[in-house]
Amino acid sequence: MLWILCPTCGERPVSEFRFGGEIPHVPDSITDPEARNLDWVWMQNNVDGVTTERWFHAAGCRRWLTLRRDTHTDRVVA
Amino acid sequence: MNEFVETLLDLTWHEPKKSYDVVIIGAGGHGLATAWNLATRHGITNVAVLEASYIGSGNTGRNTTIIRANYGIPESVRFYQRSLELYRSLEEETGASIVHSTKGLLWLAHTESGMRAERARSLMNQACGANTVMITPEEAQVLCPQLDLSGGGRYPVMGASYHPGGATARHDRVVWAYAQGAMRLGVHIIPHTPVVGLVRSGSRVTGVVTPTGPISAGVVLSAVGGRVTAVAAMADLRLPIRTHPLQALVTNAYAPDFGPIVASSELLCYVSQTGRGQMLMGAEFDSQPSYSQQSSYEFLQTVSTKMTHMLPFLRNLRILRQWAGICDISPDYSPIMGFTGVDGLLITTGWGTWGFKAIPAGGEAMAELIATGKVPALIAAFGLSRFASDHAMADQGSAGTR
Repeated sequence: MLWILCPTCGERPVSEFRFGGEIPHVPDSITDPEARNLDWVWMQNNVDGVTTERWFHAAGCRRWLTLRRDTHTDRVVA
Repeated sequence: MNEFVETLLDLTWHEPKKSYDVVIIGAGGHGLATAWNLATRHGITNVAVLEASYIGSGNTGRNTTIIRANYGIPESVRFYQRSLELYRSLEEETGASIVHSTKGLLWLAHTESGMRAERARSLMNQACGANTVMITPEEAQVLCPQLDLSGGGRYPVMGASYHPGGATARHDRVVWAYAQGAMRLGVHIIPHTPVVGLVRSGSRVTGVVTPTGPISAGVVLSAVGGRVTAVAAMADLRLPIRTHPLQALVTNAYAPDFGPIVASSELLCYVSQTGRGQMLMGAEFDSQPSYSQQSSYEFLQTVSTKMTHMLPFLRNLRILRQWAGICDISPDYSPIMGFTGVDGLLITTGWGTWGFKAIPAGGEAMAELIATGKVPALIAAFGLSRFASDHAMADQGSAGTR
């Protein structure tokens, strides 16, 4: 199971957290402002590998944290 | 598919040619159904279906095999109702057994707000051509005598919506029926051949690259499950898809007298009995995206807690197997089908936790799109462009979503 290190509460199981989505990254190749807005709102990098995302400690301190996680193995990376 | 099964089927694998009219990436249900429909309904047989592993190795072989049409928005209800009807006649059309069995589906409500949701679902379904009716707890008990109406004291059954058309079919056999039917008409199905790139000429996609060389194509359709973001990226196409694992489990065999499919939105789980008597159950997808197909102990805990409240007899069964598939979850829980904005590349994705039941209608619609170049009315609402035009098709009618 995935364990997440919360800065306030220490290492806690994933069931206490709510996934808040990856941090959006619009590729530089998209230049049109409308297209950049569309990409920011809807599109996902959805990488098979290390990604940076936001998590909410819903059943704990109720604060947000930023996490780097490898989606290939579903493990937190430093 | 194991070698024993392969000998029972009339599947002759082909070496890839240099060029096809249509190349479909992914020999799962949707890819194969599209190929079969192209061959049978449109006479297009110069088609190749490429598969990275064995046919049906992705989510088509990992789902809980439920077929139903009781969705939450008109466009979805009409689409899944078409699929439900096509499933009924699939054995006749393909001449292959898919072990299709109409069981009826009970969708339980445990709270007043759950009752409101099920009433809304029933009325929406009736208005759009699907048969769903509200029933009392006592009527539910008749349909499923094993049900504990007190829900273990915790999830009392206040009522249910009943969808008599709810059915199951053997998922591997659906794959084989379509594959065999398509191959007999000359479609090439090429397993163990991953697509590692797309051939592009200017902005147009003109073929695919495989480890054994490029294959040119008039049209490329991505019917990939799970790794669709990577395939789209080969054409610089961005998708609103997140890849989440979805888990399922089966127990050991129980006497074959569990009639209906039982689901609950509030408990987010669903159960049916397989032809072998095993109780097959699933729940919502994992909250965080992941490409790892690992299953978790937490899933077993959560599902068995909920399920044994509803169906106390399950306490005496043992869990036999659990597994996971990786699903493409779209932001509005509706599929994404049709043009991509990239010439020569079509897509059918976003099948999340609702892909198996959609195979016949999805294949029929995508084949019509390829053959005529026009988006069929049935899937017009599900184009990728809906996100740009602010017409997301939010549908919470899937058991795995909330």
